[in-house]
Amino acid sequence: MGDVLQQAVEFMGDPGRWSFTEPGGIPYRIVEHLWLTLAAMLVATILTLPPAVWLAHHHRAEALASSIVNIGRAIPSFGLIILFWLIASRNGISSNWALIAALVALAIPPIFTNAYTGVAEVDPALVESARGQGLTDRQLLFDVELPLGTEVILTGIRVAMVQVIATVGIGAIVFNGGGLGRFIIDGFAKGPAGYGEVVVGAVLLAVLVLVAEGLFSAAMRRFVPRGLQGRHVPDEIEAAVA
Amino acid sequence: MNALVMLGQERPLVDWTWIADNLPLIWDATLEHITLTVVSVGLGMAVSLLLTIAALRWRWMYGGILAVGGILYSIPSLAALAFLVPLFGIGATAAVITLATYTVLILVRNIMTGLDGVSEDTIEAARGQGYTERQVLLGVQIPLALPVMMAGLRVATVTVIGLVTVTALIGQGGLGQLILTGVRLLPPLPVMIVVGTVLSVVLAIVFDLALLGLGKLLTPWTRSQKSA
Repeated sequence: MGDVLQQAVEFMGDPGRWSFTEPGGIPYRIVEHLWLTLAAMLVATILTLPPAVWLAHHHRAEALASSIVNIGRAIPSFGLIILFWLIASRNGISSNWALIAALVALAIPPIFTNAYTGVAEVDPALVESARGQGLTDRQLLFDVELPLGTEVILTGIRVAMVQVIATVGIGAIVFNGGGLGRFIIDGFAKGPAGYGEVVVGAVLLAVLVLVAEGLFSAAMRRFVPRGLQGRHVPDEIEAAVA
Repeated sequence: MNALVMLGQERPLVDWTWIADNLPLIWDATLEHITLTVVSVGLGMAVSLLLTIAALRWRWMYGGILAVGGILYSIPSLAALAFLVPLFGIGATAAVITLATYTVLILVRNIMTGLDGVSEDTIEAARGQGYTERQVLLGVQIPLALPVMMAGLRVATVTVIGLVTVTALIGQGGLGQLILTGVRLLPPLPVMIVVGTVLSVVLAIVFDLALLGLGKLLTPWTRSQKSA
C-alpha cells in the first residue's frame, strides 16, 4: 500500500498533471467530465420532462412509468456504452457524441419515472379541490401539480446525474475522453505499476460524484420552497447505480 | 475513421455462426456471472442482516447506516474497484466486495421498512398468545415483512447483475468479459458485445421474475388477501 501511495504522489507531481489544456492534466479531465455530464443531462432532461409530465397529468401509460425504471436498471451501462461506441464507429462517428447519446439513454429512466410519479401522485383531494375552485387544466398543471411535484422531479434528475457522472468514467474504455475514468482505465492497463494513477482517479471520481450530489441536494433545499419539501419519494425510484 | 474501425464494419452485430461455435464460452461466462451475483448478493444480505439486527437494538445506528450506505451507493463502481484492487489485487475478492456494497443500502432499508410496517396490534396479539420475543420476531414480524424484503432483494439482485459486467476490468465480469474481449480483439468482434449485453439483461429479467415467484410462494396469504 505504501508503494501505491508513493506512486500516487509521484503521479500527481508530474509537471503536466495540473494543466487545463494537456490531456494528462487532472483539471483538463475534470472539465471534460463535467461538460460530458452537463451535455447529457441537459439533453436527457429536455427530452424526458415534457412527455413524462404530460402523460402523468393525463394519467396515461402508468405501466410504462413503473417499468421504464426497471428496464433501465437491468441494462448494464458497461455494455450499453460499448454498444453505442460500436454502432457509432461503424457509422463513422467516433467522437464524444456517441458517449453522450449513451449517457442520455441511461439518464432517461430515472428522470422519467420520478417526473411521472411527482406529477401523477399529487393528492387527488388537492386536484379535486383545485378543479372545484375553477382552475383550468393548464392552471391545474402549472399551479398545483408541477409545484407539488418539484421535489420528486428534481430528485430524479439528481439520481440520473449521479449515474451519468459514474458512467462517463466507464466511457474511457472505448472513447479517447472519459474524463476522470481515463486515469483509472489507463492505470489498470499498466498493471501494478499503474495503481497509484488508479487510486488518484478513483479518489477524484468519488469526490466529484459526492460533491455534485451534495451541491444538488443543497440547492434543492435552498431553492425549493419549504412548503413543497418533504413529500415521500418511493424508495425504489432512487435506486440507480453505475 | 481508422483501419481498425473499417475492419470492424464487416463483422455482423448478430453472427449466429459465431454464437453456435462458442456456446461453451457463452455458457461459462453466464455461469460466472450468476456465481458473482449470488455470492455478492449473499454477502450483502449477510452484512445487511447484521446491520439491521444492530439497528433494531440500537435505534440511533439506523440513520448512520443509511447515511454511510447512501455514500457507498453513490460511489461509481469504477472508483470502488479502483480503491480495492491495490488492497486485494486483481481478482474475485475486490469484485465481490464492490458488488456487495451496492446492495447494503437497498437491503437494510427494505428490511427495516418491512419490519416497521408490522402493526403494533399484531405484535401485541402475538405476545398475548404467549409468544416470546424471539417467536414474535421469527414467527410474526419477519413473515409479515417478507414482501417488502423480497422487493428489496429483487432490486439489489437486478442492480448487481448489471454491475457485474464492469468487473471485467479486473479479470472477472462474467458476461462483461465477453463484452470486453469483443471490444479489445483486433478487429473488434461485435457479436460478443451484443451477446454479453443482451444476456445480461435476460439474466436480470429471469432473476427478477424468479424472485417474484419465490416471494409469492413464501407468502401465500398475500394472494388470498388480494382476492378477498
